[in-house]
Amino acid sequence: MSTPKIQLIGVKKRFGPKVVLDGVDLTVEKQSSVVIIGGSGTGKSVTIKSILGIIRPDEGTILVDGEDVTHINGAARDKVMRKFGMLFQGSALFDSLPVWENVAFGLIQGRGMARLKARDIAIQKLAKVGLAEDVAFLSPAELSGGMQKRVGLARAIAADPEIIFFDEPTTGLDPIMADIINDLIVSTVKDVGATALSITHDMTSARKISDKIAMLYGGKIIWQGPTKEIDHSGNPYVEQFIHGRAEGPIKMAVKA
Amino acid sequence: MNFFANIGRATLTVLAHIGRLAVFTGQALAGLVSPPIYTRLILGQMMRIGYYSLPVVGLTAFFTGGVLALQIYLGGNRFGAEAIVPQVVVLGITRELGPVIAGLMIAGRVAAAIAAEIGTMKVTEQIDALTTLATNPIKYLVVPRIVAAVISMPILTAIGDSIGVMGGYVVSVYSLDFNGTGYLKNTMDFAHREDITSGLIKAAVFGFIVALLGCYNGFNSKGGAQGVGNATTNAVVASSILILAADYVLTALLFHK
Repeated sequence: MSTPKIQLIGVKKRFGPKVVLDGVDLTVEKQSSVVIIGGSGTGKSVTIKSILGIIRPDEGTILVDGEDVTHINGAARDKVMRKFGMLFQGSALFDSLPVWENVAFGLIQGRGMARLKARDIAIQKLAKVGLAEDVAFLSPAELSGGMQKRVGLARAIAADPEIIFFDEPTTGLDPIMADIINDLIVSTVKDVGATALSITHDMTSARKISDKIAMLYGGKIIWQGPTKEIDHSGNPYVEQFIHGRAEGPIKMAVKA
Repeated sequence: MNFFANIGRATLTVLAHIGRLAVFTGQALAGLVSPPIYTRLILGQMMRIGYYSLPVVGLTAFFTGGVLALQIYLGGNRFGAEAIVPQVVVLGITRELGPVIAGLMIAGRVAAAIAAEIGTMKVTEQIDALTTLATNPIKYLVVPRIVAAVISMPILTAIGDSIGVMGGYVVSVYSLDFNGTGYLKNTMDFAHREDITSGLIKAAVFGFIVALLGCYNGFNSKGGAQGVGNATTNAVVASSILILAADYVLTALLFHK
């Protein structure tokens, strides 16, 4: 078996007294699409941000292409970052820059590409997510939420990343736009030949974009398996979550 | 017991802030000397921090110079020393009021704007997005603002000094019956170069303080709109206090005899 694209081994992270990740083990194979599901505040974002190096885990190891990236910095970190692309929950577009510069940002700032060439690539990438050329010269604030998501997706794939992260890609979108974004995610990931790691609590989206699902609960991965087996997991936590029942083993902390 | 716990907690919070600010300053200084340097961003920030602050700095300097002339005239009048107005105005403005007034105006205008902008970028994950696009947020956001503020503030202050002296001149000549030529001659003869340069050095330091604290508070803002609001307030309050404290220390150092 080839080296997994991403591997988390016993990753732990606490913020003050609050233990968020309590030994997460997860393997993402090359060119697969894994979705992490779990309730709000279960550490899904922290997991992704740990892989990205935005948050440093307290314990455990994170491997990307077999290389230990848990504690690297500087040039080594930059090199790993170039493998990544990310679509943020709120799109996180830079509102001081026009759409095309948002998409071309990683090419211009991260890789030192000439602005004119980067702009052409940005317009191509925008076309891939179904946006016309004239959108490129608008400001992000002039776009609807769905269009901002598309721009965020174009930005994530602009530098042809090997791994794309999706943070709640359908949150805040209407069901139709959510489905369109799901389709775009599936097609662009396939197109770029990338590995995808997503987090969501939208089961429709999870079923559509993944070939493997992992459920995070209590700081651990409590179940993982192929997407088609999610309905026969035999795990009461997974059952409760995918059917969205208030009754079950998962106790939501109503008080923060 | 609760009372002591509160003192302890407050002390720890202050120490943690000082520690974090020191680390942040270190990162910013490291970013200053290592490539890439974003010249385009520095020029853009100089426009925002320097050029757009000209009206407010000019206006406050003018009135400060004017009121200084009036007060010295009225005070000096008590012991027949009205004639000293031009000398005291030029010293007061160049050594002290020019840089301090400009610094406080910039603290209100620029530290607040920087903290609000970076704070919003923080809470909307734009700073994380920079990281994922292989761009160092310190170098991209903090360094250009600090460089621009350190360059702009002495220029702003030099302009403010001139306008402040002019404010004193206008009040003295048109309201207090001074002779215009004599006023200017006294001003020119009395002011030394170090009076002006000391003020400009202070201005550069104040620029550094304003940009650093604006960025630091922006980077450390948490939550949503309220967090950004707190960051903005903290940036203005902290930079104003630090400007006045630094002013004292710099005066003591620069005029150490």
